[in-house]
Amino acid sequence: MMTAAASNQRNRIHPHKFTLWVAMASICMMFAGLTSAYIVKKNQSNWLEFDLPVVFYYSTIVILISSLTMHLAVKAIKARERSRYKNFMLFTAALGVVFGYLQWTGFANLKNHGIQLLGNGSNPAASFLVVIIGLHVLHVLGGIIALLITTIRAFRTGTKVYTSTPVEIVATYWHFVDLLWIYLFIFLNWIK
Amino acid sequence: MSTEAVLQAPSATHHEAHGDHHHEHHHHETFITKYVFSQDHKMIAKQFLITGMVWAVLGGLMSVLFRLQLGYPDAHFSWLQDILGKFWVEDGRITPQAYYALVTTHGTVLVFFVLTAGLSGTFANFLIPLQVGARDMASPFMNMLSYWFFFIASLVMLSSMFVETGPFSGGWTAYPPLSALGTASPGSKTGMDLWLVAMALFVVSSLLGGLNYIATVLNMRTKGMSMTRMPLTIWALFFTAVLGVLSFPVLFSGFILLIFDRNFGTSFYLSDIYINGVGALPNEGGSAILYQHLFWFLGHPEVYIILLPAMGMVSEILSTNARKPIFGYIAMIGSMFAIAILAFLVWAHHMFVTGLNPFLGSIFVLLTLLIAVPSAIKVFNWLTTLWRGNIRFTPAMLFAIGFVSLFISGGLTGIWLGNSALDIHLHDTYFVIAHFHIVMGVASMFGMFAGIYHWYPKMYGRYLNNTLGYIHFWITMIGAYLIFWPMHYEGLAGMPRRYYDYSIWESFKQFAELNRFISTVAMIVFMTQLLFLFNFFYSIFKGRKVTTLNPWNSNTLEWTTPIRPGHGNWVGEIPEVHRWAYDYGKDGREFIPQTEAVGADESHH
Ligand code: HEM
Ligand SMILES: [Cu+2]
Repeated sequence: MMTAAASNQRNRIHPHKFTLWVAMASICMMFAGLTSAYIVKKNQSNWLEFDLPVVFYYSTIVILISSLTMHLAVKAIKARERSRYKNFMLFTAALGVVFGYLQWTGFANLKNHGIQLLGNGSNPAASFLVVIIGLHVLHVLGGIIALLITTIRAFRTGTKVYTSTPVEIVATYWHFVDLLWIYLFIFLNWIK
Repeated sequence: MSTEAVLQAPSATHHEAHGDHHHEHHHHETFITKYVFSQDHKMIAKQFLITGMVWAVLGGLMSVLFRLQLGYPDAHFSWLQDILGKFWVEDGRITPQAYYALVTTHGTVLVFFVLTAGLSGTFANFLIPLQVGARDMASPFMNMLSYWFFFIASLVMLSSMFVETGPFSGGWTAYPPLSALGTASPGSKTGMDLWLVAMALFVVSSLLGGLNYIATVLNMRTKGMSMTRMPLTIWALFFTAVLGVLSFPVLFSGFILLIFDRNFGTSFYLSDIYINGVGALPNEGGSAILYQHLFWFLGHPEVYIILLPAMGMVSEILSTNARKPIFGYIAMIGSMFAIAILAFLVWAHHMFVTGLNPFLGSIFVLLTLLIAVPSAIKVFNWLTTLWRGNIRFTPAMLFAIGFVSLFISGGLTGIWLGNSALDIHLHDTYFVIAHFHIVMGVASMFGMFAGIYHWYPKMYGRYLNNTLGYIHFWITMIGAYLIFWPMHYEGLAGMPRRYYDYSIWESFKQFAELNRFISTVAMIVFMTQLLFLFNFFYSIFKGRKVTTLNPWNSNTLEWTTPIRPGHGNWVGEIPEVHRWAYDYGKDGREFIPQTEAVGADESHH
């Protein structure tokens, strides 16, 4: 890639890192669009009021822990402890999967309580949850894939790789989807 | 694989030795990597340009067809039926269904595929690395993906023309319920599905592109190229990318909700309305206005995404060919910044008649009219740059001057529309059509033409034919005014947009002749564009060869590259920059390139 650019180009921040920051701004705008739409809709007639299932609290804890393990993975690679690095990466990815699963049970729970999410007779209040939480889970899924790819890459070649940039990029993104969920969680629970 | 290795390859020395015939010696390039899956920003730019041109021809042809209906509502063109088939033409007349499909696809294609992808895609790709002094984009691979997403989006949109129920036909803004309800009209079925898929792919393409443009401008500038030394083209393309990256995701979320309403029975936009032929909908509590908010939150920035690149190129071309520094460089940047901010705060001026709270409306009136201030600053600066300039009337320069004229004419009518009280009368009439075609459609097309005529020598190492260029300019310029100026009167008289046949309305019968006149001119102008196409493709192979590095005696960095630069742009080191791009007519010298060190006794600008 061009990133190791010629000597007469100044690089303050790694271009890929920078690109990620812009991409995150872009993702923020998408969720800002959805949550604004949510507010607009909520203030109109015909809005179904119900409480979010408790399982979303558990998933919040899970994703918070996963940010911690992600952080530890970055520390490990910087300390050149490759096996610890690998374990934390895989652990983080696993927590991501658990998070996704918990979100799924959240929807199942809503359904069991007679709240129709989609289809005829569904209320936007419930459908919004599917769209917003579902899109967020998709972003977590993207993060899991990125985690796995960076881990595999670091171990595929015979030579030992200690560059932390790719991991840092993934970590930034991972903390971002974590924060995004915290925002959504607070928003969906308490914004009236 | 490091691109550096490719760039620094031994072939580099060949460039020096053999001047401009070169490519044969590139070891790493096959036909596929060079012309198809190229990661060279210059080749990607040409791919965007040519795909955009294909769409411009198709979109233009669509407008000719629906103008045929508007100009000759009683005529029967049986030969058309033989060409197009029964969905489009029946009994020699364009069918109503086809008419709406044509209007919709024309709008979608011109706004997104031609004036967004074709314009930004071409010139951001071509000019950013060349003018900031970089060997390529921050991520050439993502850049390539950006083109191929656009390409697939194009294929999907094209395929929607051929489905049995026809392409989407509910207007380029795709308001629900027509867009949300498959049963609402034939075009709302498969055509709309394909429209949505194409547009989603398009959004991905422009996000990938935009991310790259921003990262490149901020991180890859050559030594000495501080932000305030960048040519205005780069500033404009930068703001364009920022607008795109922040507004397209919102459109995307609007589309997601639309997809759910269409396919999963949700009620975001649909409520218990009664639809002719369908009956009452089972949905409850949805709001079609919600979609309009989400759409126009992108929609308004989008019009500036279309306009800003043209503004940037026009600034550069005016200054170069007036042989004068651009007037008010910092004011130009400031006003583009103001435009970019305001672009996010005015979307509801498209919604004055949706039952918007009048108080809220008045705030949007104020913010909308504020845009006139930076717009006026820019116009003033362009005119002052021209004033007493030593003007070279190249075709590029003519198109740039034409742009300024069109921007003034169309901007003024914007001020009319920005007043909510006037807009109640003017909304959804031909006045709006006239406004946005002049200020956005034709003006940005002119910016694009100016850019093509100006940078063609850099793109292909040959010149376009000047005589054809002048003919192209004058007919298009006069034609554009003849087509769109009269529409203001029609709009003031209350003639609504998007009607199939005005001759059956007592109040609009009077415009039959005028409509025929407009249609006739539209066809002539369309033919003239074919002349340009001929010029473009003929000159790639047969045009007069460029023999000097810097044919326009311009200051910017792209003219320091070889006549036909290879991947990596500069053969040796990337040049260092010592000054801004607009030292024209300074200290008795006609022009001083950016690469020239500032002399000890040089005056300040
Ligand atoms: C002084 C500056 C401008 C003002 C105050 C202004 C105001 C407006 C208003 C109020 C409308 C809504 C009319 C209606 O639907 O009833 C409108 C429509 C439109 N304007 Fe402008 N405008 C300005 C400049 C521009 C520029 C620079 C562009 C593009 C580059 C542009 C593109 C459009 C488009 C595309 C539409 C119509 C969209 C549609 O309904 O299909 N305008 N303008
Ligand atoms: Cu607008």
